[in-house]
Amino acid sequence: MRAIITVVGKDMVGILAKISTVCAQHNVNVIEVSQSILQDMFCMIMLVDVSKCDIEFTAFAEGCRKLGDELHLSVNAMHEDIFNSMHRI
Amino acid sequence: MINTQDILETINMIREENLDIRTITMGISLLDCADSDIERACDRIYDKICRKAEKLVYTGEDIEKQYGIPIINKRISVTPIAMILAASGGDPVKYAKTLDRAAKQVGVNFLGGYSALVHKGFASGDEALINSIPEALSETERICSSVNIGSTKTGINMDAVRLMGKIVRQSAVLTKDKGLVGPSKLVVFCNAPEDNPFMAGAFHGAGEPDCVINVGVSGPGVVRAALSKIPEADITQVADTVKKTAFKITRVGQLVASVASERLGVPFGIVDLSLAPTPAVGDSVAHILEEMGLEQCGACGTTACLALLNDAVKKGGVMASSHVGGLSGAFIPVSEDAGMIDAARSGSLLIEKLEAMTAVCSVGLDMIAIPGDTPEEVIAGIIADEAAIGMVNSKTTAVRVIPAIGKKDGEEINFGGLFGVSPIMKVNTASPAKFISRGGRIPAPLQSLKN
Repeated sequence: MRAIITVVGKDMVGILAKISTVCAQHNVNVIEVSQSILQDMFCMIMLVDVSKCDIEFTAFAEGCRKLGDELHLSVNAMHEDIFNSMHRI
Repeated sequence: MINTQDILETINMIREENLDIRTITMGISLLDCADSDIERACDRIYDKICRKAEKLVYTGEDIEKQYGIPIINKRISVTPIAMILAASGGDPVKYAKTLDRAAKQVGVNFLGGYSALVHKGFASGDEALINSIPEALSETERICSSVNIGSTKTGINMDAVRLMGKIVRQSAVLTKDKGLVGPSKLVVFCNAPEDNPFMAGAFHGAGEPDCVINVGVSGPGVVRAALSKIPEADITQVADTVKKTAFKITRVGQLVASVASERLGVPFGIVDLSLAPTPAVGDSVAHILEEMGLEQCGACGTTACLALLNDAVKKGGVMASSHVGGLSGAFIPVSEDAGMIDAARSGSLLIEKLEAMTAVCSVGLDMIAIPGDTPEEVIAGIIADEAAIGMVNSKTTAVRVIPAIGKKDGEEINFGGLFGVSPIMKVNTASPAKFISRGGRIPAPLQSLKN
């Protein structure tokens, strides 16, 4: 299963590193990363493969959300299919 | 990978604009639980519901976490209990209490189907069940009730209309100290759909499979936000924007429905693509109409805006789902919609205007508080008017009015939670008593003769 992690908030040093570290800790492979600045907000989107994740995906998503709270960023990890179903016919 | 803008749009819809799956409703047939012994029938019903819906709440919560989309309610609808009562006879409230116990056991917040379908007449069990509704609703927590009193194919059963005027009032009297929960869980339908996942009117029709998953999506906030980005657009573009937004909302419902059906091993029934408001800020259908250019909901032009909205929602949703059903369209409950509450308070929205709006919305007069001294024949008159609109227009209409016992128009009642707050609306009290007391049946209209 593949998931999309989105990170939105104020830009700072080391965001990519911190999120990637969490992924690596849980054996989540990063497939693609894109980042941009939208209306002064840092915005990063990662496509990841969670099929070999060592914990339940829901626990991983919760971990991402908590990391976001600590860094004052909005971090969401969601199943890829919700985006596919909404934006692709 | 999907582009950044699209991903952020989805996240924004969920986090900021209240996009959610309003309900996953499991429809369960109880026809195989019918028995001439009421105790045995109750045991079978309890066992079947607990067996079929054992994992419903857990599965809903799991999908919610995995996909990151809130799934607000997990509910159950069952075969109209009047059909089961026909076989057993006895005290129908026993069934209500059994259903309530089963609902608690599996953890769903509402269970619909304490219902009777009497659009052409009363069969065995129907009248006894209807007469027991006030007691059943006052003595249970999670049971919802509905009665279908008319249809385009059959006309309107005026004996049932008269009876329901009395039952709605009695339900209010019996629950006047319990926040008037009785009438807020009782819907009187014309052309009731058999696969509707939304409460309080959900029941599992006789033509449905043994067990089925129906999903209701919602997102008035998403539609309003989309329209707020095109303030100068003409109406063609407005309709187009609603359509595209409804498509996206419904796709999420279709995804959740297919995942839930696969995980529960239960066939997928339908997605109901309804704009169902809640009292939360930013989750209002009235605010969509105001975004289209009305000073306040209820102004002249409201019915036209609602007709456009209702139609565009369906057009967008139909392509997004393999099976669309239920009520599908825009709901206009008064107490559950912040914009409607404001409009009713300020006097801009009157019950007569709401009645006109029900000719073009997806359901009918919904969650409207009326003065506590409204006579039962006036309530029956309201039901007859709504049913006539549904019958002639081949659409579902419904009445869920709440006689606010002990209160007058101008005052307010607070139902709490999702049911919201309602200003008590003025009702024309000129008496329809003679008309209502005649009884009989309004013949089916010419629209029914399509063969």
